[in-house]
Amino acid sequence: MSPAPKDGGTAVAPQPVAVPLIEARRLTRVLPGTVPVTLVRDIDLTIRAGEFVAITGPSGSGKSSLLYLLGLLDLPSQGEVLIEGEATHLLSERRRAAIRLSTLGFVFQFHFLLPEFSITDNVMIPMRKLGRLPAREMRERAQGILADLGLGDHLQKRPDQLSGGQRQRVAVARALANEPPAILADEPTGSLDSKSSDQVFEILRALVDDHGKTVIAVTHDLDMAARMDRRLHLVDGMLADP
Amino acid sequence: MPLILSIAMTHVRGRLRQSVVSVLGVMLGVGFSIAMAALMQGSQEDFIAMLVDAMPHVEVSDETRDPAPPPAASFYGAVNVIGARPDDDTRGLRNPTRLRAMLESWLPGRMTMTLAGQAVLRYGGRDVAVSLTGVDPASYLKVSTIGGDMRAGSFIELAANLNGIVVGSGVAEKLGARLGDTIAASTSSGAVRRLKIVGIYHTGVTQADDATAYAMLKTAQVLFARPDVVNRIAVKLDDINAARSVAARIERMTGYRATSWQEANEALMEVLVVRNVIMYTVVGAILLVAGFGIFTIVSTIVHEKARDIAILKSLGFGQGDIRRIFLVEGLVIGAVGAVLGSILGYLITVGLDSVTFEVRTNVEMTSLPLTYSPLHYLIASGFALLAAGIAGYLPARRAAKLNPVEIIRGAS
Repeated sequence: MSPAPKDGGTAVAPQPVAVPLIEARRLTRVLPGTVPVTLVRDIDLTIRAGEFVAITGPSGSGKSSLLYLLGLLDLPSQGEVLIEGEATHLLSERRRAAIRLSTLGFVFQFHFLLPEFSITDNVMIPMRKLGRLPAREMRERAQGILADLGLGDHLQKRPDQLSGGQRQRVAVARALANEPPAILADEPTGSLDSKSSDQVFEILRALVDDHGKTVIAVTHDLDMAARMDRRLHLVDGMLADP
Repeated sequence: MPLILSIAMTHVRGRLRQSVVSVLGVMLGVGFSIAMAALMQGSQEDFIAMLVDAMPHVEVSDETRDPAPPPAASFYGAVNVIGARPDDDTRGLRNPTRLRAMLESWLPGRMTMTLAGQAVLRYGGRDVAVSLTGVDPASYLKVSTIGGDMRAGSFIELAANLNGIVVGSGVAEKLGARLGDTIAASTSSGAVRRLKIVGIYHTGVTQADDATAYAMLKTAQVLFARPDVVNRIAVKLDDINAARSVAARIERMTGYRATSWQEANEALMEVLVVRNVIMYTVVGAILLVAGFGIFTIVSTIVHEKARDIAILKSLGFGQGDIRRIFLVEGLVIGAVGAVLGSILGYLITVGLDSVTFEVRTNVEMTSLPLTYSPLHYLIASGFALLAAGIAGYLPARRAAKLNPVEIIRGAS
């Protein structure tokens, strides 16, 4: 299947929504050093609630760097990121962490689960940090999400007792723990076989279609990108036509 | 269990062997510091008790702290008086009856008045110079432990025998005299009196045993040719720690020099302070080494768990949360070590307490002087927690500053 993005980097999402969830304004990230390296340069984009966005591009084009900037894991050298309309570049580290906790969920290429905890406890960690629910409700909610993702029989297992695809589904469950409106995924299927990749993709698809989440996923897989709603293509740190 | 603590505990459990070694380090530091403190304070209190028991808590002498200027000099002010010869003043505490009444009205303890001076005892052609103290035996026994040091005869016997004398064991030995023998006592006034030995004491203090003797106050006043004069007031207080303030009050009231037991033994007290400083320095060094153990283990965990730190940050943990996780790890190791160390310290102290040994001069078995004080446990545990906190904080601070992006990139 050839890549067939529905529209370009600045295309409008299929479902019209009024509030931009994430905005980037002239976003630039330069790694300082003897020879400064520009990771992303002058990126303007708007992502609205309910979009399923792919970030594609060749290796070293700045895809992951852009995702980390949009997810407030990294700070831009210039420009700014707005989350639900709130400018974040001047916020304290604590406030940015709080936004990550409640508004953004991350899924990485490797599951990055805490190996000492059961998968239920892993999913409960963001909930416990947020502290909105009583302990019993947190556990029920965590187990409910895991069951929805087909992991109902493995609730007390530790990550090393699961397959790669199952672990990645646990990582998705953890990203969903606090019901964030946006999921940011960095090569979420990059380390999985095709069957597991499809399973994870379908889960992400369902999050958008059935639950109204926004998913932004970095991927090398152009077939997968083609199945998303919108595609942002990066070349040398800048948005380009795919 | 709070989230921060549960994450910290999984890290500590994940490095169980090193954690146990670190806990053992803290435990040994705390345990030995508690045992050492019990021994040091015990020996100090024992030493002070011996010192304080053997002497008055406050002694009033017939001196003034600042000698008065010659009357002529004070009378003529700026005029420099040369060659004035002051009158020979009879030494002694003036008006002892009034003094006694004045002090007894408020003094929180017991007191006795004595007259002390130099005398020579002679027996069978042998002379021994002694400090002869004239006492009222009944009241003197209330301020002195000499009654318990009697080897032969009894101290109270003096009261029934105006011509009696009680001497130290060394004095009796030098004279070759025994209980019941009559010896001659002479003083610089020229008076000579024959006195019968009614008691011999042995305190274990050479100075007291070899060169002191006691007679009735009246007898001493006759020997020293100072009728109705006393030159010392010995005071035993109910609370030995009140000695300084009581001495100051007596000085203000009477004008005579009143010396507390602390002032009389100032040099010894300084030695005790130095000894304590040395002890706490050694204990501090032990716990510092234990602190390095904690620093190493927490640093290792930070290094190993860099990826977890990154993922926790991506989940919404702030720098403060990450710092707290690793600080708690140090504190958990320190706290477990402090608790186990307190138990160990108690067991060592009990063990030391059960050790008995024989001292040559003592018939009874002697045990080590030990003090059981909650303060020792608090200080040792507090210091251990402080060391653990610092040892945990340094790597925790480093962990908090780790850049999650760099770690995630490195991991992938």
